Amino acid sequence: MPTVTLLPALAHLVPASLPTQEIVPASTVVPGPFLLAPLLILLPLLGAAILLLAGRRSDRWGAWYGVLMSGGAFVVALVVFFSMLGLPADERVVDHRLFDWIAAGGLDVGVGLRIDPLSMTFVLLVTFVGTLIHVYAVAYMEHDTDKRRFFAYLNLFVAAMLVLVLADSYLVLFVGWEGVGLASYLLIGFWNYERANAVAAKKAFIMNRVGDLGLIVALMLMFAGFGAVDFATVFADAPEAGTALLTAIALALLVAACGKSAQFPLQAWLGDAMAGPTPVSALIHAATMVTAGVYLVVRSAPIFDGAPTAQLVVVLVGAVTLLFGAIVGCAKDDIKKVLAASTMSQIGYMMLAAGLGPIGYAFAIFHLVTHGFFKAGMFLGAGSVMHGMDDGVDMRRFGALSRYMKVTWITFGLGWLAILGIPPFSGFWSKDKIIEAAFVPIDGQEWRAWVFGGVALLGAGITAFYMSRLFFMTFHGHKRWNDGSGSPTGPLSTDGPVQHPHESPVLMTAPMIVLAVGSVALGGLLAIGNVFVDWLSPVTGHAEHAEPVLPVWSLITLTLVLVLLGVLLAWRQFAVSRVPIVPPHGSVLTRAARKDLYQDQVNEAVFMRPGQYLTRSLVYGDRQMVDGGWMGLAGLVGATGEKLRGMQNGFVRSYAATMLAGLIVIVAVVLAVTTGTGS
Amino acid sequence: MTPAAAFVAPVIEWAYLVPVLVILGAGVVGVLVEAFVPDRARRVVQVVLALAALAGALTSIVLLWPDVLAQNGVRVLGGALVVDPFGLAVQGIVVVLALLATLVIADRTSTKQDAFAPTAAAVPGSAYEDLARRRGLEQTEVFPLVLFAVGGMMIFPATGDLLTMFVALEVLSLPLYVLTALARRRRLLSQEASFKYFLLGAFASAIFIFGVALVYGFAGSVRLADVRGALLEGGGLDGMTGLVLLGLVMVLTGLLFKVGAAPFHSWTPDVYQGAPTPVTGFMAACTKAAAFGALLRVLYVVGQALPADLQEKLVIALWVVAILTMIVGTVIGVIQTDMKRLLAYSSIAHAGFLVVALVGFGELSGFGVRALLFYLLAYGLATVGAFAVVTLVRERAPQPVVVPAEAELATVGAVSGAGTGGSAGPSSTSPDGGVVLGEATHLTEWAGLGKRSPWLAGAFALFLLSMAGIPLTAGFIAKFTAFQSAVAVGAWPLALIGVLASAVAVFFYVRVIVLMFFTPSPRAAAEGTSEAPSDAAEVAGPDLGTTGGTAGPGSAVAALASRVTVVRSEGFTTIAITICVIGVILLGVLPSSVLDLAFEAAKFRP
Repeated sequence: MPTVTLLPALAHLVPASLPTQEIVPASTVVPGPFLLAPLLILLPLLGAAILLLAGRRSDRWGAWYGVLMSGGAFVVALVVFFSMLGLPADERVVDHRLFDWIAAGGLDVGVGLRIDPLSMTFVLLVTFVGTLIHVYAVAYMEHDTDKRRFFAYLNLFVAAMLVLVLADSYLVLFVGWEGVGLASYLLIGFWNYERANAVAAKKAFIMNRVGDLGLIVALMLMFAGFGAVDFATVFADAPEAGTALLTAIALALLVAACGKSAQFPLQAWLGDAMAGPTPVSALIHAATMVTAGVYLVVRSAPIFDGAPTAQLVVVLVGAVTLLFGAIVGCAKDDIKKVLAASTMSQIGYMMLAAGLGPIGYAFAIFHLVTHGFFKAGMFLGAGSVMHGMDDGVDMRRFGALSRYMKVTWITFGLGWLAILGIPPFSGFWSKDKIIEAAFVPIDGQEWRAWVFGGVALLGAGITAFYMSRLFFMTFHGHKRWNDGSGSPTGPLSTDGPVQHPHESPVLMTAPMIVLAVGSVALGGLLAIGNVFVDWLSPVTGHAEHAEPVLPVWSLITLTLVLVLLGVLLAWRQFAVSRVPIVPPHGSVLTRAARKDLYQDQVNEAVFMRPGQYLTRSLVYGDRQMVDGGWMGLAGLVGATGEKLRGMQNGFVRSYAATMLAGLIVIVAVVLAVTTGTGS
Repeated sequence: MTPAAAFVAPVIEWAYLVPVLVILGAGVVGVLVEAFVPDRARRVVQVVLALAALAGALTSIVLLWPDVLAQNGVRVLGGALVVDPFGLAVQGIVVVLALLATLVIADRTSTKQDAFAPTAAAVPGSAYEDLARRRGLEQTEVFPLVLFAVGGMMIFPATGDLLTMFVALEVLSLPLYVLTALARRRRLLSQEASFKYFLLGAFASAIFIFGVALVYGFAGSVRLADVRGALLEGGGLDGMTGLVLLGLVMVLTGLLFKVGAAPFHSWTPDVYQGAPTPVTGFMAACTKAAAFGALLRVLYVVGQALPADLQEKLVIALWVVAILTMIVGTVIGVIQTDMKRLLAYSSIAHAGFLVVALVGFGELSGFGVRALLFYLLAYGLATVGAFAVVTLVRERAPQPVVVPAEAELATVGAVSGAGTGGSAGPSSTSPDGGVVLGEATHLTEWAGLGKRSPWLAGAFALFLLSMAGIPLTAGFIAKFTAFQSAVAVGAWPLALIGVLASAVAVFFYVRVIVLMFFTPSPRAAAEGTSEAPSDAAEVAGPDLGTTGGTAGPGSAVAALASRVTVVRSEGFTTIAITICVIGVILLGVLPSSVLDLAFEAAKFRP
């Protein structure tokens, strides 16, 4: 293969580690254009507020107004971004304090924005992809009666996500963290008239709460340990802090990251979250919110750097989730759930990279950005397919759609190539660096390099298989839907409603095309000359040059061979041979994977049922003892009142008598005390 | 015959009297207005005069403040009046609350009828009264009466001797007795309340003046500073310290009567219920502020100078009163079914909490004073606001006042058709066929108010929450500082009882909120029931069924509940409620500046 000879040359262009810069401490001098940054949050927040308050009156213009607010935020983001490019690298980290929020005793929390390359990367990703998805949703949600509410929530999400990434302290970050959780909940359950959707929303919310608890614990630990929760103080003090404290904080943060990013063992909600409208899945559950966990780990680099044990746990979580998601993805037939499993798996890659320490941070974020593009693109493609197929999601009833929706097919195909890691598509540049970094021994422990590198490599192969399965089952092979012809040469299936697959309107395809362009080119553009890693270096810091245990060129070759094997296997099984409409019984592993490896069953048995017993007994105790006692007290008070009421009989003579008696009693009390102390 | 040369005109510091003089002067002018201004213009003139006088008094208090603070108080009129920071602060609170209460008093609502009898001299239910009502007469003497009462209330906490205090007590009380008797509706109840108030007030005054006599017997002077001096020097008559203690207890009894503290509270529910609602708001807020001001002055100037063992006894007397008052206020409040009586018991309970803030008078820290001043303002705002809301929630008769028997059926039919639009706030010649009556004070009539008038019910809920002491309202800070000051002097059992009593009191406040917002209005259910013939009697004005204070509205109320309406304010009440809402929230969220001000005011000049 010609690519194999080409690759070492490409790899040479991108050395494994380059940044030689230290982490830049935040400056409090705010350059002029950065003063616009609060607008980033205010615009979408205003959008949400107006759309929610104006109610039905804004139905007509609500959707485009939402697009405008999100787009406005993107424009502001561009202004801030370009002004940041104009600054030297060591002046790019800025804390912009807005106002004092809580000043109580030793705790002094201000609300401020941390504007630096890392946050701006997220801001650009969120506002750009967000705006595209807003545009897409205008068409996708066109016939929904609650379109306006949908855009209000989307705007709310964008605002909350920007709070999350722009926060200058963990407490403000927590506000955004909860905000995206709320928006996610509202959007997953957007069609909550269907019970399943409401349940999925609740599930996502509750599992996220488990993670949020981690963040709360981390906040408490920080306050106890550092007396502050703002990034500047915590990061400045972290190097001097004890390993035990840092490890505790880091693990608590990891719990939070696992919840938000659907990492093992808190990953069960993501598949169900696909109950939300597809633009939501694309924006929140693929491109942005679910990557917040990775952001949190990378942002907290100074804490994790001081806690090697926690880092190892991060890598472990990433590796397990990577395989978990990949295995689940192989067995699902629901197109969105495959993509969800894939998201989980890809975030596993990012987590793995983030756990590797300074050599991995930049690549974690790099993969996050490229993934944001190609995964969002594929989700929108899936939405487009659903749009053309009467909202069907079962891939076993798709097939041969490439003929009917050319644009969707091509854009999806480009995303597919990107996630596979085929050069020169985006995914190659980012994922390959992660695999490479995973093969670097840490602290001289070669076993880690072999284990985690091996997992990352294997994951790439499985990813190739299940993503190709999805692609071929949907766009290639035989028609498995009723085209209405009824002829024996026609589709395999003549049951089910007649489908008329068609390309989606331009409002939907245009965002897909833009994202596809990103899937093709973004990775290469950012990788060449190490642009992206250098850009992030003021935040992620400097990484020692380290050699993987295998030569770089051989790793790339090995990866590509595995990927191609996966594609070929999928091609043979799902494009060439006939795909049964009814899922075959399958092996034990297949059946387990279809059920998300029994994650729900485990959760229900271990947490949910004991929890329910506990709450039930608490409720019983509350009713019987607390309420009983309280009602008894109330009864006593009432009875006493009824007794005393008798004195209020309306007769002025008895009132006067009461007064006199009262006076006598008081005088008697006073005199009694006199004799008491006097004698 | 005294030679003219022997007379030395006293030097009068007129400047420090301006606030009081403005009010009393305006009261006198108001009386002249009654006599000389033509009928049509009289009301406008009176309202403008009263509001202007109150605003002027407030302005002069604000202007005097820095000077008085710098001089640490000034004796005026040869020591009869003491304008010190504390006295001036209480005057300020009284004037602010009186201003708000006067706005409510001045409001005739969309019914174009004020809360007062057209002519108070008429026998209730007589043809003469009916005539006066139909002629649209108005009793605008209300405004000068209010001004005289306010004048008395302003002198009350700023007196330098007990006799002046007694005079002030009467000056503030007599107009209140009259005002209480002026209710437009349920006039017998109103007159009964007035008479009770008068009798018991006279009784309390007698106790007060008896106490003054005993104190005089000890110190040979009624001047507070002299009594203090006599005590400090161990002077006075030998072996007569018991006399001063007894005298002080009796003086305090007279004052505790005015604040409505148990066991001298019995008049409160009956009078609050019987008085015209705007007047109830006025006296509940302002009288309490003035009387607590006087109480605190006596305690700080004289009580503080008592020998330690006597002081201890006085503290114990206050403990007894505080505990009794808190318990009576909350426990009986829990079983009330009438809104005005409920607020009356709430006011009794608040008097108890305020007494808790007093027990630390022996210490010179000033925390108790700060707590008291803040509490009076917070409580006053919520009270004036709450009674203002009560004035707007009315009963509505489904047919015109006098309905010929044959026309009745037709009217009833018309009502059941149009009745659902009642929330729009019909005027007296109501578009939906009813006639607006007096306040709907039975609790059941408030059910579902939150649905029909969310803003009004929301404001009322806020006032109730403030009275309950829920955080982020003024009431919370007030209670917190009051209990804090008690704990600071080691009276933690009082604070504990106070917290428990507050917890019980929350029940009846929240019950009203639940009623307003979460209980469906019985209107829909009762709409179809036949009209009770007893309504006609109700419409005619007097509540003939009244025998005593406890006689709440009977079973007819259930039927009446279906005909509750909210009348629109002319604007005055809306302004008052809005200011009260803002005040309650501001004091709850940003209390520090007012607390600092109250702390500065904790300075007495004997």
